[in-house]
Amino acid sequence: MRETSEKTETSLPFEELPDAPPRRRFRFSWSGKLGICVVAMWLVLAGIGPFISPYHEADILDEALFIVPGSDNPYPETDFQGISKVAYLGTDYLGRDIMSRILWGARTTIGITLAATLLAYLVGVTLGIAAAVSGGILDMGLSRVNDAFMSIPHIMMGLIVIAAVGSTIPILIVLTGLIYATSVFRIARALGLEVMVSDFVEAARVRGEGLWWIITREILPAVAMPLATDFGLRFVWIILFISSLSFLGLGVQPPMSDWGSMVKENLSGLPYGSIAPLVPALSIATLTISINMIVDDVSAHSGGKLAKRMI
Amino acid sequence: MPELLEVDKLRIEARQDDGSLTPVVKGVSFHVARGEVVALIGESGSGKTTIALSALGYTKPGLVFTGGEVRLDGRDILSMRDEKKRLLRGRRVAYLAQSAAAAFNPALTIGEQVTESTVLNGQLSQLQANQRAESLYRALELPDPDRLGKRYPHQVSGGQLQRLMAAMALCSKPDLLLLDEPTTALDVTTQIEVLKSFKAVIRQEESAAIYVTHDLSVVAQIADRIIVLYAGSIKEYGTAEQVISRSKHDYTRRLMTAVRPPPEAGQGDNSSNGHERDVPALEVQNISAGYGKPRGRKPALMVLRDVNMTIERGHSVGVIGESGCGKSTLARVMSGLLPTREGEVLLDGESLQPDLKHRTREQLRKVQFVFQMADTALNPHQRIDHILGRPLEFYLGLKGGEKRQRIGELLHMVELPQEIAGRYPEALSGGQKQRINLARSLAAKPEVLLCDEIISSLDTIVGANIIELLKRLRKETGVSFVFISHDLSTVSSFADEIVVLYAGRVVEQGRTDRVLSPPYHPYTRLLMASVPELRIGWLEEAMETQEAKAGIDRVVKLTETGCPFFDRCPLAIEGACNRKIPPIRNLGDGHTIACHLSEEAFVH
Repeated sequence: MRETSEKTETSLPFEELPDAPPRRRFRFSWSGKLGICVVAMWLVLAGIGPFISPYHEADILDEALFIVPGSDNPYPETDFQGISKVAYLGTDYLGRDIMSRILWGARTTIGITLAATLLAYLVGVTLGIAAAVSGGILDMGLSRVNDAFMSIPHIMMGLIVIAAVGSTIPILIVLTGLIYATSVFRIARALGLEVMVSDFVEAARVRGEGLWWIITREILPAVAMPLATDFGLRFVWIILFISSLSFLGLGVQPPMSDWGSMVKENLSGLPYGSIAPLVPALSIATLTISINMIVDDVSAHSGGKLAKRMI
Repeated sequence: MPELLEVDKLRIEARQDDGSLTPVVKGVSFHVARGEVVALIGESGSGKTTIALSALGYTKPGLVFTGGEVRLDGRDILSMRDEKKRLLRGRRVAYLAQSAAAAFNPALTIGEQVTESTVLNGQLSQLQANQRAESLYRALELPDPDRLGKRYPHQVSGGQLQRLMAAMALCSKPDLLLLDEPTTALDVTTQIEVLKSFKAVIRQEESAAIYVTHDLSVVAQIADRIIVLYAGSIKEYGTAEQVISRSKHDYTRRLMTAVRPPPEAGQGDNSSNGHERDVPALEVQNISAGYGKPRGRKPALMVLRDVNMTIERGHSVGVIGESGCGKSTLARVMSGLLPTREGEVLLDGESLQPDLKHRTREQLRKVQFVFQMADTALNPHQRIDHILGRPLEFYLGLKGGEKRQRIGELLHMVELPQEIAGRYPEALSGGQKQRINLARSLAAKPEVLLCDEIISSLDTIVGANIIELLKRLRKETGVSFVFISHDLSTVSSFADEIVVLYAGRVVEQGRTDRVLSPPYHPYTRLLMASVPELRIGWLEEAMETQEAKAGIDRVVKLTETGCPFFDRCPLAIEGACNRKIPPIRNLGDGHTIACHLSEEAFVH
């Protein structure tokens, strides 16, 4: 920072001093690193799950596999079995292997959520930035329509639409994506408005740059970081939303497995001390908490204000 | 008996990425006695704010205390537990930040905010605190002290808000007051009003103060002792009189040369008289402009009224006035950012479209705007070579090697090393950013540069360097400059011609030497009287002049009828000045003054 030499007429041996100490570079803390590990693990499992799982997600295990310890007699029932060599994480209410269902379900749950979040972002950011840049009637119109949709509770909206058109995976993705696009729209518009009035955008305008250049070169890079932080949070909300729908029986339909519906179907196992509802619940918890740890880390780097502004 | 504050071999270091420490403050020792004002002076990066904050036992994140002691009444603050430090802050040591506008909550009344911490600390009841606040308002010479507490921050002027912040800090009767550049962001006229009341209230309250600033002429008015800092260590330390009149160290002298001397009669920079004078580079004719939705033919808020101005090729024209006078609006009209209501902007004798959207790329290229704050005018997500390369590509169609070569030339032109091209703006200092900001405008090979307060946010030394750079660029490139500033001394050192704006009207214009010598418009005289001089006792003298008595502590008001300066003018004629728009008197050689007074009356 000291290379500047002042070759002015009143040159004296004193240089311009640098400003306050240079900003620290971004590094993940241990919680962020842990979060990244857990999320990466789930992503890998979602990818390869069906290939490494011992059974198919819909397989009901054979009674003969379960032997009462110390004898040759099989158990009379195969449902809600505890941890054993046959089923590492026990069986569910129909006697299916929990571990296989978690592995298959990872693909469904994470896949649907990711698709829905991406859709929410595509729609929300495009319209939000468009509203911020153009202002006037377009902004007014989009914002009011958006407000109207936001005022309906998400889960109610989901219930009504699914009751009307039925529940398939594409419908789930589009529905969830559009519902959450409303919140993304708000954030993108607010961020866009903030950047639109900044001096560097004004400098680009006075240079005569076109709208497209201003959006892609000046505005998008400036809003990318806050939006990335929000992406993590939104992803968590959508997992929970789809899990809630599945819990109500309106999400992913049986026999396909999904973490949310697995919690619901196995609830009756709790009185017997079965871990069947706990495993999928824990899976949801680890994934969402890990994403939040990453988001917190990124947010702390950008001044700690981002996460607060998002919610 | 120990002094009030003793700073003993204080060391503060910054923690780097790799965990190593770089010293920021290198073993600084000084003391502050009761009732004494000590000034810490140096440019940004010299560690002056960091040292001042240590009196609160506080450092900014990323910095650590690594040695020495800061003792308040003989007890070390740095080693205290956090709860104990908290008890000190606000009660015994109070901090007054630079920007009052940012320090006040717009949703609460002034009174609530001034008394809040005192009442929360349990030092005074709400009623007692209100009385205390009222007596402080009186001491700070604020208008209407009985009812001021019930008003909201937006209802008072910037200078008043700055003084209210002092009331907030003083409310709990602290022993020590930390003032961090409290007048830097203010207009010259507001600055002396604030300085004067700070000085009075510090004397009345008998509290000690540490005054942090980069401006020696401000310090000369208020400090008992001066500490000159450079790169975290003390270069010179002595009474104000010693440091100012018999400075021993080179660096202090360097600071003193950077203080722009107040304009003298007849001063002017006529270095660019050699250029041809055919068609003016830029001309504005009868411009009126304003903000807000138009009501009928006029916008809701008319700012500029009937402004005429000519910028000759290769000349620099200074535009001065306090904030709210329409200086920036004028530059925005010229650049097309703000379309005019009436009147015309002519470039090379050709009429320009009011809105920049309708101007051709070639016309846009010729008029370049340099923004005030380089911090915000450079996109933090773009590398310097992209920032400089874009106008080259956009206006001149340069690509590849040609473009790279030109970027190198531009960096050389603004005296920056070539490596900077690969950096992001956040890695540059304030002065370097401002140079890049200039280089970006120069990249377009403009004919006119509109510089909007480009050195106002910089330190004296850095600002002086930028002025030198501008002078060199003007000689080398023959570009015409419109140089906007509220600081008459900066403008007078650079401009060939001066336009004095008040409340959106031109009150005086002409060659620099003519404007700065009698006859003056009363407003020009007020501005000249307000430029602080590097001399102890200047403040008291300045406050005694009739201009100061009439014109200081008033805000710029836009008026429909009469002369807008009427309520601040010591020579106002009742019945004429408040009724009729003043005639424009031509004093020859392009020097005009808009005033009802006769020419003889100007020369007094």
